[in-house]
Amino acid sequence: MSEPTSGQRPLLEVESLHKSFGGITALDGVTFEVKSGTLTGLIGPNGAGKSTTFNAIGGILQPDSGTIRFSGEEITGESPDRIAGKGLVRTFQISREFRNMTVIENMMIAPTNQRGESALQSVTPGLREDVSEQEERIFERAWEMLELFDIDHLALENAGALSGGQRKLLELARALMLDPELLLLDEPFAGVNPTLEKTLIDRVETLRDEGHTFLLVEHDMDMIMDHCERVIVMHQGDTLLTGTPEEVQSEERVVEAYLGGSGV
Amino acid sequence: MSVPEDPVADRLPDSLAVYWESDVVKIGATLAAVYLLYVVAGFLLGYGLSGQLNSLRRLTFLIVLYSIGALVVNLHWGYSGLFNIGVVGFMAVGVYTTTILTRPVAGQTPTGTLPGLGLPLPIAIVGGVLAAALVGYVAALPSLRLRDDYFAIVTLAFAEIIRITAKASELQEFTVFGTTLGTGGGRGIRTFPNPVNQFFEGTGAPVVDAVSGTVDGSLVAGWAFVLVLTGVLVCVLWMIVRLAGSPFGRVLKGIRDDEEATTALAKDTNSFKIRAFIIGSGILGFLGIIWQGSQGYISPGLFVPQLTFFIWIAVIIGGAGSNTGSIIGSILFVGTIYLGPGYVRRLIEEFVSLSGRAATFPDALAALAGGDVSGILLYTLDQTSALRVVLTGVLLIWLLKRRPDGLFGNRREMASSIDVESRVRDRQSSDATTGGEE
Amino acid sequence: MIRQLTTGELTVALIASYLWRGLAYGLVIGLAGVGLSLTYDLLDFANFAHGDYITISAFVGWGVAYLVAGFGQFSPGSLLFLGVGGTVYPQDVGISVTAAPVAILVGLIIAALVGALLAVALDSAVYKSMRGAGNITLLIASVGVAFVLRYAAVFLFTQQTFGLTADSWSYEIGLPGGAVRITSASLLLIIVALVMMIAIHLLLTRTKLGKAMRAMGANQQLARVTGIPSEKIVRRTWLIGGALAGIAGFMIALLQGTINYQIGWTLLLLVFAGVIMGGIGSVYGAIVGGILVGLITRVSLIWIPASFTEATGFAVMILILLTRPAGIFGGDAT
Repeated sequence: MSEPTSGQRPLLEVESLHKSFGGITALDGVTFEVKSGTLTGLIGPNGAGKSTTFNAIGGILQPDSGTIRFSGEEITGESPDRIAGKGLVRTFQISREFRNMTVIENMMIAPTNQRGESALQSVTPGLREDVSEQEERIFERAWEMLELFDIDHLALENAGALSGGQRKLLELARALMLDPELLLLDEPFAGVNPTLEKTLIDRVETLRDEGHTFLLVEHDMDMIMDHCERVIVMHQGDTLLTGTPEEVQSEERVVEAYLGGSGV
Repeated sequence: MSVPEDPVADRLPDSLAVYWESDVVKIGATLAAVYLLYVVAGFLLGYGLSGQLNSLRRLTFLIVLYSIGALVVNLHWGYSGLFNIGVVGFMAVGVYTTTILTRPVAGQTPTGTLPGLGLPLPIAIVGGVLAAALVGYVAALPSLRLRDDYFAIVTLAFAEIIRITAKASELQEFTVFGTTLGTGGGRGIRTFPNPVNQFFEGTGAPVVDAVSGTVDGSLVAGWAFVLVLTGVLVCVLWMIVRLAGSPFGRVLKGIRDDEEATTALAKDTNSFKIRAFIIGSGILGFLGIIWQGSQGYISPGLFVPQLTFFIWIAVIIGGAGSNTGSIIGSILFVGTIYLGPGYVRRLIEEFVSLSGRAATFPDALAALAGGDVSGILLYTLDQTSALRVVLTGVLLIWLLKRRPDGLFGNRREMASSIDVESRVRDRQSSDATTGGEE
Repeated sequence: MIRQLTTGELTVALIASYLWRGLAYGLVIGLAGVGLSLTYDLLDFANFAHGDYITISAFVGWGVAYLVAGFGQFSPGSLLFLGVGGTVYPQDVGISVTAAPVAILVGLIIAALVGALLAVALDSAVYKSMRGAGNITLLIASVGVAFVLRYAAVFLFTQQTFGLTADSWSYEIGLPGGAVRITSASLLLIIVALVMMIAIHLLLTRTKLGKAMRAMGANQQLARVTGIPSEKIVRRTWLIGGALAGIAGFMIALLQGTINYQIGWTLLLLVFAGVIMGGIGSVYGAIVGGILVGLITRVSLIWIPASFTEATGFAVMILILLTRPAGIFGGDAT
């Protein structure tokens, strides 16, 4: 696995994030980088602050202090939709599909800059034809993506009726409809059966090779060790260390953190 | 695909249930059933042709207007999850603005009536709609980050502030920048003449003369206006269906399901909610103009929360999220709860001879204690307008408990400007055949 | 304002009288708010029927007060229904705080009882089976309950506005520029409100139920985890909140000297305003918030015409919701 060229600016730079909730410190100086074109793992015992970090990066949570830069641009405190619009897209730990919408609608809602998101264009005769033209293209892409993820047979089902694993697939596929530069995946394989997990990770690796970047929270150590180039370890709201899987594995502090933390 | 339970479809033979699938048939059949009921009632009451036509005119008039209101509530609540219980406030803004804009300028005014700005009706209508939309913007902009129940309280408070403002004696008549105008305060204000009536008083008078031999001539203008309103309903429906069946509507649906996940997909959800709210508010303003405005006279007492509640119940009967349901809900609400009690009362009076009179509830009770049932019956019949509201409340609670998705279930209407469903089916069936050959 | 004071348009007496009336009005709003606040917090929904609990208990309470005051002189039916249709007038019965204190007291107690029973009965008939149905579904249901109650009142009492009391004793305190009139009704109201507040305070601090209720206000999630909001506590909360709504209803009717079917509904948004100001779930907050709303709406009369008194209250509530949704005493808006 080749190291990304040094000297190139990291895609995501997180610097000393702090966040506390009424006296309880959730983030205590989180600092790390994600380099472009990598699959980076973010690990740590339960309560280490991984999801809180994701929420801060995604803009759902305002950090008390610290900075987040994406492609060199500071995005700290921006609204979630603007952050996503810049190409930094996240999925949720518990998948957040639109339950009362069909799978295909879940996919088609995602792309940005849809002409039909203007009420006027959607209604006015003449302009609506342009909307429909774009809709055809969005549908084609959505369909391809569904085929890629092997859930095209579910296209007309309500997303709420899907199994846990299928929902994970849908959420990943939906996020990819945005063509993100960096995708934050919060436990994308939780509750997914091993065969499906294999499929998912293959997709992620293919996309990585095509130039997408991934930051991945995962509990399955083997998965992280086998597939990630870089691993960030968090403990008690802070980044413990960053390194290659080999470096992390040989580090005693990591073992301690886990044993002392939740006993994984 | 799960098919929501539908009490009518379940009871129909399959050969007929197919037709029930169609929205037009559904609405048409419901309307026909209610019409039939009213024709029979009119027959029993001995109405002549004019009487029958007038009874149906009133029925249709209310159905159409409630449908427009219900479609807006459905756009706000069913599609966008915006809990607007200040519906009546936006209607008031629309009709009051239009009225004040059309009232003749001071000096030209016939004595005893309030002056206004003297603008032509079409411009004044645009003004009324814009004013309602603007108030919608003012109400929604700061409130969108509030919890949905707080949003509800804010919209209700807005509507009440509007009603109180319209009622305030200070604004009954005032002069600003040298122009005298006013709301009429608690006494109300005369609105603009109905153009449809004007047409049949002038150019269209021969039509009235032609029919007046067979039926009451005033029915012509009355029915013509109902047809105009139906045209408005069709336009509103057309617009909302197109809005819902578009990427715009798709984002609204997403917001209703999970707003946070929608923002994570780079959608500025606040902008979508505000736009949906403003569009609805503007339509409500227009509704106020064609509804209360067309009656010749408005007063703050017309814009009480009860009307909002009635429009909401129409939506809940039909099932939030479905435009067809909103219209059917309006037909059923107007046909049964709203106008029904009055007809029941007339029918009872026609066929049951009741003697005596009970002016108050204690009188009725006293009569009952004396073994006379007719007192309480008569009293009850006199109180149909109160009973109508009680009945509506009971029905609402029953629906929420037993059929929270409405009578016809929450029907899925796919949000896209193209027919996604058939495209998906094409692909799936071609996949299946190629899969079978392998 | 100072200019108005010096020019004599605004006298000390006028301000004092606004403050006095605001306090009395605010105490009613505060009493009514306690129940709304507690159930809002405990069951997580805005009970739009609360105003109509006030209406119904006020009507029944006053009906009974009339019955006691005029018993034997007039037909019980006329008395119970406040002489609807013009059969009995307040002057006939001679009812007032000073002339018929027993009748007033009995009416007050009955109003409290009716409020409590109504709240509990409606909870078990409507809300109980809907627990967890979502705050908006419950809110809509409560709107349904509200209209049923309000128009049941119309059915029984019509839309007539009833004058309730005959003239009674009042005292005028002379101040620069006029006088503040202290009516026996407002004095009684303040006494009753103080007694109720002491009772609530004792209940909250001295009883197990009160402690559980306070725990819920302080930390809802913790209370949920420890399983405190049992059905028993829910029922007792309705009982207390309903009784206070009943008392508030009886007292507002006494204060205004009139009653009609909209009495509680008119009060409801102001009660919401007080509850939100004080922070949902806080008993003391509801009382203080209510008093503030009362004072704001009355004192605003200095600048704003009387027609807009209620609108001022609503506008203040909207402002509070927008700026401090957790209440003016609440800390973090989360």
